[in-house]
Amino acid sequence: MYKVVRRRSLKPTVTQIEVEAPLVARKAKPGQFIILRVDEEGERIPLTVAGTNPDEGTVMVIFQVVGATTEKLNRKMEGDYLQDFVGPLGNPTETEGIKKVCIVGGGVGCAIAWPVAQEFHRIGAEVTSIIGFRSQDLVILEDEFDACSDRLIVMTDDGSYKREGNVTVPLRELLEAGEKFDMIITIGPLIMMKFVTLTAKDFNAPITVSMSPIMVDGTGMCGCCRLTLHTEDGDVTKFACVDGPDFNGYEVDFDEAIARGRTYFDYERKQHDHVCNLIKQADELKANA
Amino acid sequence: MAIDPKKHEMPSQDPQVRAHNFNEVALGYEEATALAEAARCLNCKNQPCVAGCPVNVHIPEFIAKIKEGDFEAAYQIIASTSSLPAVCGRVCPQETQCEQLCTLGKKFEPVGIGRLERFVADWHNDQEALKANPPQSNGHKVAIVGSGPAGLTCAGDLARKGYKVTIFEALHTPGGVLVYGIPEFRLPKAIVAREVEGLKDLGVDVETNVVIGKTLTIDEIFDMGYEAVFVGSGAGLPSFMHIPGESLRGVYSANEYLTRSNLMKAFRDDNPDTPIMKGGKVAVVGGGNVAMDAARTALRLGAEHVYIVYRRSMEELPARAEEVEHAKEEGIDFRLLNNPVEVLGYQNPDDPRDPKNGTVRGLRCIKMELGEPDASGRRRPVPIEGSEFDLDVDAVVIAIGTSPNPLIKNTTEGLEVNKKGGIVVDEGGLTSREGIYAGGDAVTGAATVISAMGAGKVAAASIDEYLQNK
Repeated sequence: MYKVVRRRSLKPTVTQIEVEAPLVARKAKPGQFIILRVDEEGERIPLTVAGTNPDEGTVMVIFQVVGATTEKLNRKMEGDYLQDFVGPLGNPTETEGIKKVCIVGGGVGCAIAWPVAQEFHRIGAEVTSIIGFRSQDLVILEDEFDACSDRLIVMTDDGSYKREGNVTVPLRELLEAGEKFDMIITIGPLIMMKFVTLTAKDFNAPITVSMSPIMVDGTGMCGCCRLTLHTEDGDVTKFACVDGPDFNGYEVDFDEAIARGRTYFDYERKQHDHVCNLIKQADELKANA
Repeated sequence: MAIDPKKHEMPSQDPQVRAHNFNEVALGYEEATALAEAARCLNCKNQPCVAGCPVNVHIPEFIAKIKEGDFEAAYQIIASTSSLPAVCGRVCPQETQCEQLCTLGKKFEPVGIGRLERFVADWHNDQEALKANPPQSNGHKVAIVGSGPAGLTCAGDLARKGYKVTIFEALHTPGGVLVYGIPEFRLPKAIVAREVEGLKDLGVDVETNVVIGKTLTIDEIFDMGYEAVFVGSGAGLPSFMHIPGESLRGVYSANEYLTRSNLMKAFRDDNPDTPIMKGGKVAVVGGGNVAMDAARTALRLGAEHVYIVYRRSMEELPARAEEVEHAKEEGIDFRLLNNPVEVLGYQNPDDPRDPKNGTVRGLRCIKMELGEPDASGRRRPVPIEGSEFDLDVDAVVIAIGTSPNPLIKNTTEGLEVNKKGGIVVDEGGLTSREGIYAGGDAVTGAATVISAMGAGKVAAASIDEYLQNK
């Protein structure tokens, strides 16, 4: 069992927790992920490592409540335990030789982008961060990004906070103005990463995308997280869990990844409602007791 | 007394009933049946059956104890060479191993050795009081990577010799393919858990949620004071056919399909957290035991119709005879000499937001005929031009094998692998690195539970010899 030692609510549906997992804390690097199970009957879900404290033996993850499992996870308070917590999985983000980087994060993907930005900042690279959210009430980690970025641009789709528009707008402006990045790294919803990639393509700028497909084991056994890369040598099948999660954006078949990501959409929505009802019933029972 | 020419039949659930539940298919012998079957053993001097067993169970001796009614003694004889009697009694392909060499089998049906082994193991497991005690420690520490059949066997053999053994398992439940791969109806998970508990009674530690090559490297394991490491990390990444449509929603690797159902309990009706597609029509591609398991799982998940699509004929089909027989009885539709060429997807031309877009609607196959023998000695299947046809299905499960997981190779300097990615070992299981041994699917690619156990056993003997002479 793995103890939740700290918990912070970033937004009503976005939560940061630190979990006691000394072996993982010792090894995890930015870009890697863990898999956890909330309880004995739980599913395995991958979450990206948002930070580590090796001395304390803790690993930080940030998650958005989107389904049954994250709903249950959100109910775990400081001192509670998670059933399983395994990692670090996947490969760390490649930082070698990169002196000037642009990090483009969207929504809760910013939680994944943040440690990557920190790492580039730590190694002395010039960091431009563009972070985008649907609206003001979903903005997270702004101060944290500010602390590790040479330049920070915050966007909201509806203009309720800072600049209005999506993240491709300022990226295009920067590239049009002649900015040259050694690497653009984008992390967020698939549709956003697809358009960030298309924007970069107009300028022939190198781009890395961080993929987070559905996984089961996460260790290279089940093949659920496979994606197709269109490479010079033809189409190849890669596994996000052991070959990724970072890939060359130009090669990723985003449309396929988007379709595969929707496989259990209906089931998950039903399951979420089911779990919410159970929680509500339990709360009512407690209130009446 | 005349010898009964036939094996005593294994009582099983009715095919019509069992096709819709996940309870165990074969029900096991009653005591009287076991005694009667044991009486068929000739107890011949040369014991050909023992040579057919990869872990050399002393077969005539344990059967002799059954005849005497001393089932615990029979169990102890099996357990002295096999760490997983209740598992082997269920999933070993006895017909090509011990039973194939049975003297009685020359004239009649061979002795039902596997069925007797299962009877003895289940009898023992029903006796609460009969727990093993850890043997005297010899002060040496050995680490095992992976808790599948190879790792459990290696761990058991070493623990019995007094080694302090730790098993590192990547998943949250120990058992490897015995829990994520082989379905409940063929090998109940409670039986696997029981066998793992038996090892813990011998003093074996099991550390779940540790991925070797990620959480720890093999070199770090040595730094922790372990003197030898056995790698039994299993088969690894699933192979795909590289045909169009393979990434459509509803195309599964057998590993994913079975893991969702077995390990993650997606088969249950009470709102499991892990989803799986249920119902509809399902095509399973492949002809091995894994393909049979996937097809029979699909049926139990409520599929209206399940096909096995295999490119060779029944003669080359590699699955265990009993599994094929069971699958046929349950109504699995075998489409032999058929090879898939494309998975067909649904796309609504008028509505790009149709939720069914990108799902499977069929499997296009081509008919095959058998040509000259190929490198494997089996006749090579050759496509018959222009014979394509479509099977109307909603899901496709691909069970055509796996390739070794690269995590350990990539993080262990000096560990030699062959061109398929399998770890290279000598006949004693030693790899190219001193103190590192390997066995099972990580070495051979996908094979059987019992061959993995045999490899675990060989490696345990080598590790013992290495550490005693060090």
